[in-house]
Amino acid sequence: MSDDTRTPRKQQEFEDTLGRSDKNVAAFTPHKRSFLQSAQHLLHGHPTMIPVIVLILSIIIFGALAGPKFFSPFNLSLIVQQVSIIGILAAAQSLVILTAGIDLSVGAIMVLMSVVMGQLAVSAGIPTPLAILIGFGGGALAGGMNGFLVTRIKLPPFIVTLGSWNIFFALNLWLSNAQSIRSQTLDEIAPLLKLFGETIAIGGARITYGSILMLAIFAVLWFMLNHTAWGRHVYAIGDDKESAELSGIRTNRTLISVYILAGVVCAIGGWASIGRVGSVSPQSFQEANLQSITAVVIGGISLFGGRGSIAGPLIGALIVGVFNSGLRMVGVDVLWQLFAIGWLTIIAVAIDQWIRKVSS
Amino acid sequence: MKKALLGATLGALALSIAALPVHQAKADEIGACLVTKTDINPFFVKMKEGATAKAKELGINLSTYAGKIDGDHETQVQAIESCIASGAKGIMLTASDTKAIVPVVKKARDAGILVIALDTPLEPIDAADATFATDNFKAGELIGEWAKAKMGDKADEAKIAFLDLSASAPSVDVLRDQGFMKGFGIDIKDENKIGDEDDDRIVGHDVTSGNEEGGRKALENLLQRDSGINVVYTINEPAAAGAYEALKSFGMQDGVLIVSVDGGCPGVENVKDGVIGATSQQYPLLMASKGIEAIKAWADSGEKPKNSDGLNFVNTGVNLVTDQPVDGVESISVKEGLDRCWG
Repeated sequence: MSDDTRTPRKQQEFEDTLGRSDKNVAAFTPHKRSFLQSAQHLLHGHPTMIPVIVLILSIIIFGALAGPKFFSPFNLSLIVQQVSIIGILAAAQSLVILTAGIDLSVGAIMVLMSVVMGQLAVSAGIPTPLAILIGFGGGALAGGMNGFLVTRIKLPPFIVTLGSWNIFFALNLWLSNAQSIRSQTLDEIAPLLKLFGETIAIGGARITYGSILMLAIFAVLWFMLNHTAWGRHVYAIGDDKESAELSGIRTNRTLISVYILAGVVCAIGGWASIGRVGSVSPQSFQEANLQSITAVVIGGISLFGGRGSIAGPLIGALIVGVFNSGLRMVGVDVLWQLFAIGWLTIIAVAIDQWIRKVSS
Repeated sequence: MKKALLGATLGALALSIAALPVHQAKADEIGACLVTKTDINPFFVKMKEGATAKAKELGINLSTYAGKIDGDHETQVQAIESCIASGAKGIMLTASDTKAIVPVVKKARDAGILVIALDTPLEPIDAADATFATDNFKAGELIGEWAKAKMGDKADEAKIAFLDLSASAPSVDVLRDQGFMKGFGIDIKDENKIGDEDDDRIVGHDVTSGNEEGGRKALENLLQRDSGINVVYTINEPAAAGAYEALKSFGMQDGVLIVSVDGGCPGVENVKDGVIGATSQQYPLLMASKGIEAIKAWADSGEKPKNSDGLNFVNTGVNLVTDQPVDGVESISVKEGLDRCWG
């Protein structure tokens, strides 16, 4: 290199204007975010934050309104106990909703499998552990049927599960003759079915095995969704099925596995529900499917799939439980409890929509 | 593959259409319809059994319909419309929505069909030609009187939880609830309204959907309001079974009286086992079989059923079932209750 290259050569005429041009390196627009926008971004990254905040606030508010009784370990553990079954269903529901589907049949699968377990163990005299396993198998089969119709026959999940909800419900009535199996009969013949109603007393709190089971299910699913390839595939499919497929994910296989797993979780819920209710009750939990969707939505999982944490629905179910317990303790009429939960659901979806609009 | 599937589906569809029951009654045959709230509740299952058996005996062609869930009004309207179209002579109905069903019932009556309300009166009650029902107020009153007598002097210190049916408080809910209060000696104020009472012995009301899960949750919540509850009124026996589970989980199952209404077999078994203290038994099978007889009479001679004395419906009877009878309240034993139970 010779020295003369350092001396600036004379500019050509058309280069004069260059000095006036923008000398910044290409960058993302550095505009400042308003408080709301920052909040929007934060929530986009952490969709479970809102439900956590709502849960804490509602506990504080109802505690203030209903007095110290609300805070007693006994009452708090009772709330967990009361939401445990809906919580388990919400876990199953989340799996499906994460893939941008919806499962209206979760409650029906759960009740049907509790009836299957009960009838096999009590009426058919099959050993209880085997009856329970058959129930799990039935859950897998029921979920597998949903998954098959969604992926192979390419029907929308809403329609498939609307149909299977009715089918499973009809089978439930047929198998049970719409008749409960009494608590005393279960104690005599198949006490194992009531396992999840057992409690551990810690101080004033009464933790049921069912509550622990719910937490365990969420923990396992959390691990599967966040730390396995399968989990990442589930999110990817929910986000955009076609690009997931183009990037080499076997989407149909994964989808079917999601529905099967959801069915098994429902069947586990069915076992747990026998402990919670005390009897095998074909008439209980008729609105459980809708309650599970409520918990999922309030928990910040997007109905459009691909976004939200599995911890959300757990929080969502607890929020509903705290609302119901708190409102009842204050002495609010049942219809106003429905009113409150209704608004909570709508507001939760509205917030989700708003977060989705986040740009860059 | 796709074509085969499509073919199979269409084939199945064609078969199922061919298999649909045809409701057109033959000219010489008397047609009748039974429309119940649901197929779920053993109460209605038994009602259907009673109707089917009687219809077979009398040679009546019976079609049965049911709503999907309690409160499924639309399906019931469609069912009645189908019955009118089929040329049936009579319709027996347990209405989900006792007011909204009235216009379509009128259409049926205008077409010369005898409409009998079973178990649940329409509003107004004379919107149907006749009502065959349990006196639900009386059913509540019986368990109220029993509970009061059972407590004796302590009735003044009772703390009562009311486990009702649903937030919409259908008439059966109100009648049983208010009947219990009257029997127990509570001032019920407006007998058409639950919750306007101010007696200190009432801890509170909650709803159960008439099933075990709802019963358990409702009593858990009321116990959180007042852990001194010693009397539990329940709308039906599944709710009572749930309430017992709640008491057990609170370690209170021994000191608390549970009373109920229905008289289903598992419920009477629960009276036997001491879960429920006493229950008022009703007789759905009788309602339905009497209904079929009435339709037969209407078709043969144009005669309508007559109401029981002093009531604006045909009372099909109610009995208190308990093994702990008290003075002044008539009751039948658990053994007899089991002989006559339904479900």
